[in-house]
Amino acid sequence: MPLALGTAALVLVVLLWELARPRVIRALARLRESRRERRRVTAEIGFDPGRERRAEQRARELLRSCVEERDWAMYRDLGFLRVWGGLGERSQAPGASYAYLIYPHRPIVAYVPQTGALLSEYCVAFPDHSRPYGSARLPDSDDVLAKWMALQADERRLISEANMHLPGRQIDPERIRRDLVRLSAWERETGEGATDIVRAA
Amino acid sequence: MKLLRLKPGHGEILLAEGDVELPEQERELIEAFRRELDAGMWAAVPSESRDGRRRAELVKSFADVPRDAERVIFFPRAAGGAPRSAR
Repeated sequence: MPLALGTAALVLVVLLWELARPRVIRALARLRESRRERRRVTAEIGFDPGRERRAEQRARELLRSCVEERDWAMYRDLGFLRVWGGLGERSQAPGASYAYLIYPHRPIVAYVPQTGALLSEYCVAFPDHSRPYGSARLPDSDDVLAKWMALQADERRLISEANMHLPGRQIDPERIRRDLVRLSAWERETGEGATDIVRAA
Repeated sequence: MKLLRLKPGHGEILLAEGDVELPEQERELIEAFRRELDAGMWAAVPSESRDGRRRAELVKSFADVPRDAERVIFFPRAAGGAPRSAR
């Protein structure tokens, strides 16, 4: 009799465990998620808008000191930089067969200047894993500078490190076409010569 | 020559500064340069050509840095990613 009761109790415990196991697993997953969320919120609390503004100001000055005056004006006025492609004909010069638009913390967009046709998005980031102030993100203008330096110095390497996607994965193609129109208008206004012929507009 | 590093939440910071013609200061520059490369940073030397074009060159050792370079800028190495969706 005790043996039968013991066996029954054992079977009951095993059955209960089998029934409860999915819930236990879900509860553990929720616990892990809530801990992650707490850490994320703690990091955000450390966000200091004044510090970030000062960092961005420093980054803009550094960018300005590194790129050509014309490119700086383009970034200041339009919010992005155009870099001529270096691997085709007329490399890294007006009239190149392709060019890139560099946006802060957005993919690099490749396009054909003569037609405005979008070629691809290159998703690339420069994460600082030391997270000095709880974030791995460089200031906007430092991100643009890092992309500019890497493209200028070793375009092939940067592109090979990036994840390539079709246009529209992260940036609305309409927005890019509008930016290309703005770029053409800007170049006409500033007398730099409209080198992009955007038919897509 | 100045060694600068791009840093989140700060902008660039000055890592080291010295005259490469003075052995003691050059040694300090080399040590700082190696520390950054060991930490996984990329090093770029901005420059200006004779026709006024601004360029940058990635360097892998201090010996590759032109002696007359004013700045070497370190920044985190590129990683493929899709940081966030379009707004």
